[in-house]
Order: sequence, then structure tokens, then C-alpha cells
Amino acid sequence: MEKKILPLIVIGGGPAGLSASIYACRFGIQTLLIAPLGGGLASSADYVENYPGFPQGVSGMELVNLMKEQALKFGLEMAYAQAQKVEKEGNLFRTLAEETYLSRAVIVATGAEPSKLGVPGEDKLRGRGISYCATCDGPFFKDKTVIVVGGGDSALQEALYLAQLARQVFLVHRRDQFRGAAYLVRRIEAQSNISLRLNTVINEIVGEERVQGAYLKNRITGKEEFLPAEGIFIYVGLKPNSEIVKELVKLDESGAVITDEKMKTSHEGIFACGDVRASPLRQIITACADGAIAALSAYHYLNQEK
Amino acid sequence: MSKIKEISANDFQKEVLESNIPVLVDFWAPWCAPCRMQTPILEKLATELEGKLKIVKVNTDENPELAANYQIMSIPNLLFFKSGKLEAQFIGYHSEKELKAKLGV
Repeated sequence: MEKKILPLIVIGGGPAGLSASIYACRFGIQTLLIAPLGGGLASSADYVENYPGFPQGVSGMELVNLMKEQALKFGLEMAYAQAQKVEKEGNLFRTLAEETYLSRAVIVATGAEPSKLGVPGEDKLRGRGISYCATCDGPFFKDKTVIVVGGGDSALQEALYLAQLARQVFLVHRRDQFRGAAYLVRRIEAQSNISLRLNTVINEIVGEERVQGAYLKNRITGKEEFLPAEGIFIYVGLKPNSEIVKELVKLDESGAVITDEKMKTSHEGIFACGDVRASPLRQIITACADGAIAALSAYHYLNQEK
Repeated sequence: MSKIKEISANDFQKEVLESNIPVLVDFWAPWCAPCRMQTPILEKLATELEGKLKIVKVNTDENPELAANYQIMSIPNLLFFKSGKLEAQFIGYHSEKELKAKLGV
């Protein structure tokens, strides 16, 4: 039994997918959004301070829920499922999730997930002191010592969040300067319980049942040290969730979907937006902007294809 | 109504360790976004496997000692008990498919 053919399927329920859905619905395209419950990385952000319109800041979860409410208001249909793969079928696309869906166009907004550090001990101790989400796991490290790894906005933001809970935070970054926003760097420097370890890499994370600490090495002096810590929070970039379309569209060397400025991928009828796309900036605001453009491109594609 | 009972340290012994069917314990907290993603999947499983598997949840904020006893340092964190013995632990968000595969159902 073949199901009805939808004009547009959006895969991913974060800011990119929801913005694409809002615009697509308002263009009058019947749209189905396929996403697991929740909302990806943005939802797990404790506090979003750089999204315009929220001078007091807003929690990631709240912001994503508002976007969802807005999209549903314009008639978006949602299927809570994990998309496994997108396949081609004639000039249609088949999206495999718990059920199978057919559509004429697809917008891929599957986001990205935190990259691993790739050091010994990391896999073994995940969930036993190693975390990629301070908002999820921070409270378990109240009054303890934690290490935060990374130098971008996320690392700085999470280090500041953890500094409110933990007794001591060590911020380890492999370069001599942070990539993150200057105002965050100033706040980090002003925080008395954050100690910096610049030009420093982690060689190994140590522990049996739980994390006991990490071996650090200064890249300039070559000096090694063992830092005892109960928790290690890793923020060293993002890995795009592009597996579901990797056989259909071109990816860059990091696995991100390559698009043009209209969010068109190398395959006609497939569009990509947000963190899954090769982009100079991966933020909520860029995800939203990408989503709006992807919806417009899908709209043009569906009209010309009719 | 939810098929998942919220339990505390006080009834852990009775509800989990002395249960005559296998129990999946969901350690969660209100501030944990992935936990909120996990809940509807567990609700579905609890309905499908009623009578074969019991699912209960423990709020780690309200039961820090119980969480510490089981060395919970990351949530969502699912502990699988059979005849009072800890058989398996699933750390982090699991999709319905992954969870069913790990539970062998």
C-alpha cells in the first residue's frame, strides 16, 4: 500500500526545521515535519542570550517550543519519529522513519551533534563523568571540580554556567586565544573559580568506574600535568547529522551538506538548512534564516515542477 | 493516565528490587531537555509492554542519594533490573528502536 504523496517534508525539529516549516506553511505548502520529540542542540542550551528580541535571554527549550507553537498555528503537521534515510523514487523522495513517507521535496534540517575529543578514556567514561551537555549533567557536579574543553562560545558559556555550580572549573583550550565572543571571555576572566589552561590539550582521561582526572600537556612548553577532576565537559565543535542523505547529496570534508546561497543541495528537490549545512556560523539565528530561504527555494521548486 | 509511576528512595526497594517483573528505572530531572525527549518513548513502551515490563521514574533532584548510590552522573539514565539485580544501564537519549533492541523486545 503506497501512501499519499506530500508536497514537502522537513526533517528535523530545531530552529532551522521549524523556521522552514513556518515559512513553507505560510506559502501555502502542505508540510510534514518529521522529528524526534524535543528539539536538538538549541533545546539543550540553558540560556540563549544572542537571539534578537529577547533582551533578558531565553532558555533554548522555551525558544524552540515557541517556534513550534508558531509553526503549528500555520497548519504544520508533525510526525514524531527518527528519520533513518532519504531515498529517491522516480522524481519523488522516500523518507524512512518508523513509517515511510513520500514527498516531492525534502528540507534537511537534522542539525549537528557535539564532536568527540578523541582521546583514550573518552568512550569508556561517557556518562561516568564525561558529558557533552552541561545543562543536562551540571547539577551532578555541584561543589566538585570539573574541566571544560574548548574555546568557542559554547565552551565559554557552559564554563560560566558550571562555575555557578562547581567548586572549581578548569577551562582547557588548545590555542592561546579563545574563539568565543569577547564579552564571554571577559566574564570568564572575571570569574574567580575558573582557571585557564591555554595552549593545552588533553592527552588522556583517567578513571575506572568514574572520571578521576585528565592528563594535560602544554603545546608550547611540553609540560605535562595531571588534573584531578570529577567531571569533564567537552565542547570541541560539531559533527553534522548528514548520514540520512549522504548517498544523495554532496558533503564537505567535515560531513556538512554543501548548499548554495539558496539552500539548494547538489540534488534537485533536496534543500538543507541549519547546523547540518556547511556554514561559517552555526547559531540559532543563522539556522532560522537558512530555514526561511530553504522554504522559499522549496516553494519555487514545487511550483516549477508542477 | 501515565503508565509510568514516579517513585522515590522510600519505595525503591518495593517497586524495583522486589518487583516480580523486570523494571526499567528512568533517572530524570525537570531541567534535562533530553529527558523530556525520552519520556514519550518510555510512555509508549510502558503501554506496549504492560504486564511484561514495569517502567518507573526517579527524580534525581528529589532523590540525590539514590542517584549517587547508582553513580548517576548523566541523565537520561535508564537502569534495567531483573529479579532485583541490575542487569544493564543505558546512558543518554535512546530512540524507541535503540531501546527496544537493547531490551530485546
